[in-house]
Amino acid sequence: MTETTGGIDMDEEASGIVKKFLYVNRKAPYGTIYALESLEVVLISAAFDQDVSLAFIDDGVYQIVKGQHTKGIDVKNFSPTYRALEGYDIEKLYVEKESMEARGLTEDDFLVDVKVLNAAEMTDLMASQDVIQSF
Amino acid sequence: MLHTVNKSPFERNTLDSCLTHAKKGSAILLIEDGVYAVLKGTAPAKKLEQTMKTIPVYALQPDIEARGLKDRVLDGVKLVDYSGFVDLAAEYPTVQSWL
Repeated sequence: MTETTGGIDMDEEASGIVKKFLYVNRKAPYGTIYALESLEVVLISAAFDQDVSLAFIDDGVYQIVKGQHTKGIDVKNFSPTYRALEGYDIEKLYVEKESMEARGLTEDDFLVDVKVLNAAEMTDLMASQDVIQSF
Repeated sequence: MLHTVNKSPFERNTLDSCLTHAKKGSAILLIEDGVYAVLKGTAPAKKLEQTMKTIPVYALQPDIEARGLKDRVLDGVKLVDYSGFVDLAAEYPTVQSWL
């Protein structure tokens, strides 16, 4: 975790504190409201120039699957928003390998660039955070 | 009997309970997060392959498309739209919703 997000230097002068935030996503996108709510909170966090990472584990890996077309269920397709996170300097997206593989997915199936971590590496990522919010 | 399952098989044991209790002459319809069970190459899909030898398995196409699964549906699973859902509900004398 040596990368820094944009705006941090400026913010450090202003407020002095930049914390490492991890948003853990564990739910499939449309069956419950968790995925959308998580995304809302992540976007809010972007306004505070913090060091934000997103983790996708368990069914959360389904949130970023390519080719979602929600017209038929009359629900907003919020998957393109994950691609917009880059514009808010949120570029650290992690997928748990075991979760991905058990669900029939590969790295190529995601609509954003992610780093694939095994469960042990994911554990280390979690341990390195100041704040963890789980959805 | 028509069985519907709306939970992800990776998160809940709803599908397993349904498969245990579904007998010949009934049908299974996967809806909402239940449709993740049809993903080719996964453990739930293997179970469905066995099931389909005796019981027809349907999945709601709008839910498949919403989740980006259109090109990864297990062979043999029949896709239906909402009116197909209604037809199935009318065809079988009872509907059991596994939640």
